Amino acid sequence: MTGTILFTIACLVALGLLFSVVLYFVAQKFKVEEDPRIGIVESIMPGANCGGCGHAGCHAFAESVVKAPSMEGFFCPVGGNATMSKVAQALGRAVEEKEPMVAVVRCHGTFDNRERTNHYDGYASCKVMAALYTGDTGCKYGCLGKGDCVDACNFDAIHIDQRRGIAEVDESKCVACGACAKACPKGVIELRPKGFKGRRVYVSCINKDKGAVTRKACAVGCIGCGKCVKECQFDAIHVENNVAYIDFTKCKMCRKCFDACPTKAIWAVNFPPRPAAPAVSPAPAPAPAVEKPAEAPKSE
Amino acid sequence: MKKTFCLGGVHPNDNKISKNAAIEVFPPIETAYISMAQHLGAPAEPVVAVGDKVKVGTVIGKPTGFISGYVHSSVSGTVKAIEPRADIAGNLVMHVVIAVEGDEWCEEIDRSRDIVRECNLTSEEILSKIQNAGVVGLGGASFPTHVKLNPPKDKKAVALILNGTECEPFITSDDRIMRERPVEILIGAEIMMKVLNVDKAYVGIEENKPEAIASMSAAAKDFKGIEVVTLKKKYPQGGEKQLIDAVIGRQVPSGKLPIDVGAVVQNVATSLSIYEAVQKNKPVIDNSVTVSGHCMDVQHNYLVRVGTPVSKILEVAGGIPKDAAKIVSGGPMMGKAIANLDAATVKANGSILILSEEETVRKPESNCIRCGKCASACPMGLEPWLLNKLARVGGRYDDLEKERIFDCIECGCCLYTCPANIPLLDLIRINKAEVMKIIRGRAAKK
Repeated sequence: MTGTILFTIACLVALGLLFSVVLYFVAQKFKVEEDPRIGIVESIMPGANCGGCGHAGCHAFAESVVKAPSMEGFFCPVGGNATMSKVAQALGRAVEEKEPMVAVVRCHGTFDNRERTNHYDGYASCKVMAALYTGDTGCKYGCLGKGDCVDACNFDAIHIDQRRGIAEVDESKCVACGACAKACPKGVIELRPKGFKGRRVYVSCINKDKGAVTRKACAVGCIGCGKCVKECQFDAIHVENNVAYIDFTKCKMCRKCFDACPTKAIWAVNFPPRPAAPAVSPAPAPAPAVEKPAEAPKSE
Repeated sequence: MKKTFCLGGVHPNDNKISKNAAIEVFPPIETAYISMAQHLGAPAEPVVAVGDKVKVGTVIGKPTGFISGYVHSSVSGTVKAIEPRADIAGNLVMHVVIAVEGDEWCEEIDRSRDIVRECNLTSEEILSKIQNAGVVGLGGASFPTHVKLNPPKDKKAVALILNGTECEPFITSDDRIMRERPVEILIGAEIMMKVLNVDKAYVGIEENKPEAIASMSAAAKDFKGIEVVTLKKKYPQGGEKQLIDAVIGRQVPSGKLPIDVGAVVQNVATSLSIYEAVQKNKPVIDNSVTVSGHCMDVQHNYLVRVGTPVSKILEVAGGIPKDAAKIVSGGPMMGKAIANLDAATVKANGSILILSEEETVRKPESNCIRCGKCASACPMGLEPWLLNKLARVGGRYDDLEKERIFDCIECGCCLYTCPANIPLLDLIRINKAEVMKIIRGRAAKK
């Protein structure tokens, strides 16, 4: 009995040794030469494998960034400038600071603002819903509120508020990987610069219908009236297909368009409250810094 | 032993509650909204201008491609506008809006109900007449008929099959025309037989329409080579491939067309419009529409002019009942819920269905237990649970293609039979579209 056990163990040990020797030589023979810097860069990467940079994952990103001659065209939205400067340092290159971006839902067609004309009771997916018809409201363009973006987000940064029925981005968590923008069948979500202290001005509507149709469908839709275009001194706003768009490369955040917009489709977020406007209305005297309702659409 | 198809299928309650309502001519409308996308393929291009006077039968849209068709005015009056309007799903489609004045028809249209049997035209003449009359498949897919009746030269048709199965619950418009106008339908079939150069035609009718079977059989005695086949009741027998299997026992292989096994399938309503187009010079300007539902007091079958708003039909049919929850265009299995009641009917609108809250309730979804009911119900021999699983993962189009997702006919048997109430078809449908796009892209590259 003992002999059998010993024999078995001896055999296995001998086989193990034999295979290890074979494997050692095979590994030497077929060794894949990998740039050691790839490993270093990969260890710097956040490891989210989100694909936000346009590569298949963090390893693929590291591979191509090491191969490339410069840092141009490479940016990790998750790690941001901090990660990119570390990567550049490791590779001995220079890198330009990039403005941090954030996903912006360009629709505020909440239940209060957009009247529901239909009730969808099918499979809860925006993609399926969009393939069947144009949506539950008179607006063909806005957020469907079934949460394909929520499923796509790896960072828990976008949610559907069930009381409001539209997607809302949590700025503190959003890394601007763009997964939600890709998942949205309506193309409602756009990546825009986060701005100084998170201050942004944007048109929160993409409805291309004529003004009257938009107005009927939604209280806060862009009717393409062009008032904001006239107000803007920086040529940043243009109306195309009955909807205004603010070019963020030109916008100087003066907020004149925000004041001019008759439907409040233009949003100015995260701005501090303005000094109490002189005699606009008989406001209570010790008016504390109550945020304007149109400002700061905080998700939570 | 009555015939049926061999693979899968389900037996929903047929609910043919409107079968005894004779077809009524729908009262004149004030404004017609005629869609330019009445057929599968490229939408037609409007050829009239605002302010033009049109008569019933005037061409208002001309085809823009090989798979496209003519559109005719269904009313007489003045063109009020040519504008994009929302269809039943809310998507914008170009419409010609006509304010109705009187009811003046084009002179060449024979409006009498006299039956004209003699047809001395050549195949080419018949085909061009069918094309000019804008005839499309009225079974629902609205494929331009002249394309289907003109198979490639290397493929020979053996038999024509007329589809009178009407396997969708509730719908009775085909049943009514088979009972009321059997001879005209069969003359249409005779014309198609001449075009296809076949000497055998079958009319497949399900056993739940005994009156239609009787009237068609009686009429068929005068026609050489036309045989009425009584089929067992089973959904989706009206599917092209299922019907071929049921009637002549040939299976269309995956990725092939019915013509590859020598069959051409046409709906009975299409046959009737072919008769009208060829013998009476009447383009497709009206079609029979079933307006039905358990919550309706009276059931109706109407002969409706193309371009009548759905809301108008419902108004004439007695208004929308209080407990109506969903209004569906088409049958309860494959039909589409109407999101926009102001949308106008198109040629292939066979029915408007009003369902109550109770009938439309979606039961909560639970997990798949791999019972295999969907796989045994699938008339195409697919595994819906697997397709759904792959679709949910996302992006696995190569695997979906291997599992033949493109064979799915979207009949909804899987979803109907699933004990876990999984909405199997929803994801399969959009992934099928995606896979088809990939396949077409690959073919285009070659």
